[in-house]
Amino acid sequence: MITKMNHVSIFVLNQDSAFEFYVNKLGFKVHTDASMGPGMRWLTVCPPEQPELEISLMAINEGMMFKQDAAEQMRALVSKGTFGFGVFECNDLLATYEELKAKGVEFTKEPTKEFYGFEALFKDDSGNWFSLGEKKQ
Amino acid sequence: MSGPVATVFPKIYLYRRVVQAKLFIDAHYHQSINLDAIADEAYFSKYHFIRLFKATYGNTPHQYLMAVRINNAQLLLKKGLPVTDVCYAIGFDSISSFSALFKRVTKHSPAAWQQTELKRTAEMKTAPLNFIPNCFAQQNGWT
Repeated sequence: MITKMNHVSIFVLNQDSAFEFYVNKLGFKVHTDASMGPGMRWLTVCPPEQPELEISLMAINEGMMFKQDAAEQMRALVSKGTFGFGVFECNDLLATYEELKAKGVEFTKEPTKEFYGFEALFKDDSGNWFSLGEKKQ
Repeated sequence: MSGPVATVFPKIYLYRRVVQAKLFIDAHYHQSINLDAIADEAYFSKYHFIRLFKATYGNTPHQYLMAVRINNAQLLLKKGLPVTDVCYAIGFDSISSFSALFKRVTKHSPAAWQQTELKRTAEMKTAPLNFIPNCFAQQNGWT
């Protein structure tokens, strides 16, 4: 049986900028940063309290994964904010919201009490969006 | 203060003060930080400040400061800086208290931890494919 997810990918427009966003703004930890040459960088980060989940910040480069037209389409879709890649959790949403806003993170939904929980939405530097929820006590 | 968040959550000004104190610690962890001064700066009594900080972050300001110092020590050790330089660079005055705290948090001495990390970094350069799930490497054409 499947027991865990240990890698997940987020497609980003620029890995240097994504590093700055996920590490210096969100406070994630770098797990692996391995280069195999120009345009070939394996960069993974982990949420501070979840070192077993590597989030791969995948550059959308033309190559085997994306043909030229697919790469262009993918970049356009990511920039437009098409993709929501997941839900992050924090202990205190208002404090986390205030901190991330102070660091320049763009929120598309301010903290709101919904019937399913307390959540806000923010975007990464590429345009991918995430829900940010508060851990239920 | 303005905006819908402040309207819906009128006590958000308290969060802003606590967050500012946290960001101050993040930026000045390497200096001698007087937590009384931070409490004053945030317009709280020391007791009230510690209580709010702990309620928000799960740790007292002092515990949080120590955690930030150890995190930054790890970043500097990964860069290969000598343990003594790291100790002073993150705001500790004494090698023994730095080493003891580091060991308590990571279960390893700073020197041993550094050796392991430097070895891993070197391997990442010489054999990067050892760190990448093969399916991703193949899909990217890196194999």
